[in-house]
Amino acid sequence: MAILETQQLTYVYSEGTPFQKTAVDNVNLKIDEGEMVGVMGHTGSGKSTLIQHFNGLLRPTSGKILLDGEDIWADKKKIRDVRFKVGLVFQYPEYQIFEETVYKDIAFGPKNMGLDEAEIKRRILETANDLGLKEELLQRSPFELSGGQKRRVAIAGVMAMNPRVLILDEPTAGLDPAGRDKILGHIKKYHERTKNTILIVSHSMEDIAGFADKILVMNKSKLFCYDETEKVFARAEELSAIGLDVPQITKVFMKLKAQGLDFGKDVYTMEYAKNLLLKKLSERGGA
Amino acid sequence: MLKDITIGQYFPGSSLIHRLDPRFKIIILFIYILMLFAGDSFICLGVGAVFTVFAILLSRIPMKMFLKSLKPLLPVLLLTALMNLFFVTSGDVIFKWKFIKITSEAVSISIFMFVRITLLIMGSSLLTYTTSPITLTDAIERLLSPLKKLKMPVHELAMMMSIALRFIPTLFEETEKIMSAQKARGAEIDSGSLTARAKNMVSILVPLFISSFRRADELATAMECRCYRGGEGRTRLRQLKSAPRDYIALTITLMFYICNLIVGKL
Amino acid sequence: MENIIEIKNLHFSYPAEEDDTPVEVLKGIDLEIRKGEFVAVLGHNGSGKSTLAKHINGILLPTSGTVTVGGISTADEEKIFDLRCRAGMVFQNPDNQIVSSVVEEDVAFALENLGVPYEEMRRRVDDALKDVNMYEYRHHSPAQLSGGQKQRIAIAGIIAMKPECIILDEPTAMLDPQGRKEVMSVIRRMNREHGITIVLITHYMDEAAQCDRVVVMDKGNVILDNTPREVFSHVEQVKAIGLDVPQVTELAWELKKAGYDMPQDIITEDECAEAVKRLFERE
Repeated sequence: MAILETQQLTYVYSEGTPFQKTAVDNVNLKIDEGEMVGVMGHTGSGKSTLIQHFNGLLRPTSGKILLDGEDIWADKKKIRDVRFKVGLVFQYPEYQIFEETVYKDIAFGPKNMGLDEAEIKRRILETANDLGLKEELLQRSPFELSGGQKRRVAIAGVMAMNPRVLILDEPTAGLDPAGRDKILGHIKKYHERTKNTILIVSHSMEDIAGFADKILVMNKSKLFCYDETEKVFARAEELSAIGLDVPQITKVFMKLKAQGLDFGKDVYTMEYAKNLLLKKLSERGGA
Repeated sequence: MLKDITIGQYFPGSSLIHRLDPRFKIIILFIYILMLFAGDSFICLGVGAVFTVFAILLSRIPMKMFLKSLKPLLPVLLLTALMNLFFVTSGDVIFKWKFIKITSEAVSISIFMFVRITLLIMGSSLLTYTTSPITLTDAIERLLSPLKKLKMPVHELAMMMSIALRFIPTLFEETEKIMSAQKARGAEIDSGSLTARAKNMVSILVPLFISSFRRADELATAMECRCYRGGEGRTRLRQLKSAPRDYIALTITLMFYICNLIVGKL
Repeated sequence: MENIIEIKNLHFSYPAEEDDTPVEVLKGIDLEIRKGEFVAVLGHNGSGKSTLAKHINGILLPTSGTVTVGGISTADEEKIFDLRCRAGMVFQNPDNQIVSSVVEEDVAFALENLGVPYEEMRRRVDDALKDVNMYEYRHHSPAQLSGGQKQRIAIAGIIAMKPECIILDEPTAMLDPQGRKEVMSVIRRMNREHGITIVLITHYMDEAAQCDRVVVMDKGNVILDNTPREVFSHVEQVKAIGLDVPQVTELAWELKKAGYDMPQDIITEDECAEAVKRLFERE
């Protein structure tokens, strides 16, 4: 069952002015419940505009967005409820922190939902645990924390609303490799616990290869493809052609193929590459 | 979108008025204001109006932009006119109803004031429409530079002004981003009760302040790295050069002014 | 080749806040950088790499030890502007280092401060803008530019000072892949064509792999300092301090660990493909 669906979704910026630009052009897609989706596309491809439609921050110029089969703009007054069901974490979310304690800041969203104190507390403890934020941290000022911790507090603020769909726009931007792996690990943990649908925007295919069931690629305002991860990476050359960086390891196997050493498989993670090569080598050695 | 708002409403162009030295434009505006306030006859205003229309035509900016500039100030204009209409008591009474008395002089003074302020606004708009804010700041700094001798922080003020101009679009963009982020957490910014809205304003203002301080700090370091040490001994890439056209424009303005003085004496 | 930057036994602690003991961020750094070198400084967040960068042009002064650039000590207050012209600095957030609302005036900012005469300033600004391929944008407002373009403007503003070396503190961390490529190609060209010494602070391994030399920092110390090939061959050590090695290096290391004969100094895709091919041909 599709939780999120778009029908001929189109969005035009500054319509009727000389700056008019179609940012999202006739996008049709269905995202199934519980999936972990990687969203790719270079700057200006329309991916940021697209994700801001999913929780009703932007209203389509034409076309529809269906959440659980219902048009989210059917009743304009209910758009706030849509935002609780589809959580959106922006880029560099630590800049939206404003409360005096970590606890209060995470509580901002759940409070706006009108939940009672006990429920809010339960959710905060749960998400703090998912994100590896220790309990004694909750009463500290968020402004005393390290950059990576602040980022996790901000993400917790949206996760605590327990949205059925969670969208994160480049959650690892600007972090070092260890910080990046940590955040992605925490998001996976949250996904395993809640089974909520998750969309992660990322420029790094190496990261996406590590977590995504499916990949959505935007190019020049249009949906380039939305498919299972291996099927998308099988089109590595096309992705490269539209200016996306395919993982280094994939490039190595593309080169090997060009030189006549074809393993018959598309390789996009280190782990897979290692096992594949070891298997082939031992077969050869044994023969 | 917020970032489409421009401050001072500059319309880029290359008309004669656009190309005038901004320092001369400021001086001309100053003389123009004197001209409007020098005489109190309609003929004097007429001279001012001719000058204004003449300048606007030269700027090649559509007249409707100038009428638009009046819109936000219309209440003030009307209030001034009404005040004069009701409170000037000299002259023949031409209308009377209960305690309200309107005299012929009141009518003429109201119209006079209305036209005078309208011309004043249009003239000032012409300056901001044809001069970019940064050029304007620069020209003000140079015109005021003699005051540096009196220990007035002219350079510092101009630097503050130009940094403010530089960061206005950045801050608008940032405000928009923070607003979206808080809306995504269910904040109601344009609906809800007054207290809820006030609370939600805090959720936007606090992050905005914090990031502005961070920006200020980083900018100060970056400026230090590029050898900034105040106005002393600074040279400028932007050269303000006066051309013959600037002196001609100034002469024409002065001629209008003198003409206005003579007409006023008649 | 003579040294341009000499750092001797550099210790630095941030002044203690009330009740706290001062935290030592740099713990005795010795580093010499030769003229014309292209050096990457790697380290995870909090390893002290940015603090080190800020010492090179005297934004921070050592608690003990010395830092000199072209023979000038950063502690010499008299020569601080001379020092900052020799060692220019580019920061992470392009928005927070652009001062003017017109591109060319921002590039001129340092020259204006130094009192460079108009004719020369005009020439140097135009040259710097052409060097970073932004000349046609000279009358634009920075607000209209992409992140990569803004960062190139910031670099042009430094190049206009004609520095002998440029220190870049994570200049690509906030950029998209396209912007990163643009900025890296400008930095490489400045090094190759103008002989400017580059100190690039980064946590992108692919960027470090393009340098002549990689300095790895951890907890305020330099722990590795060699060519990228040599540094990345320490796969376990690099990973242990929270950094990555290029995927190709890691693959070679994994195969070697499994008992296959793979060279350990692989850093490019071509080298990796070549080595794998050889392995299959031999077996």
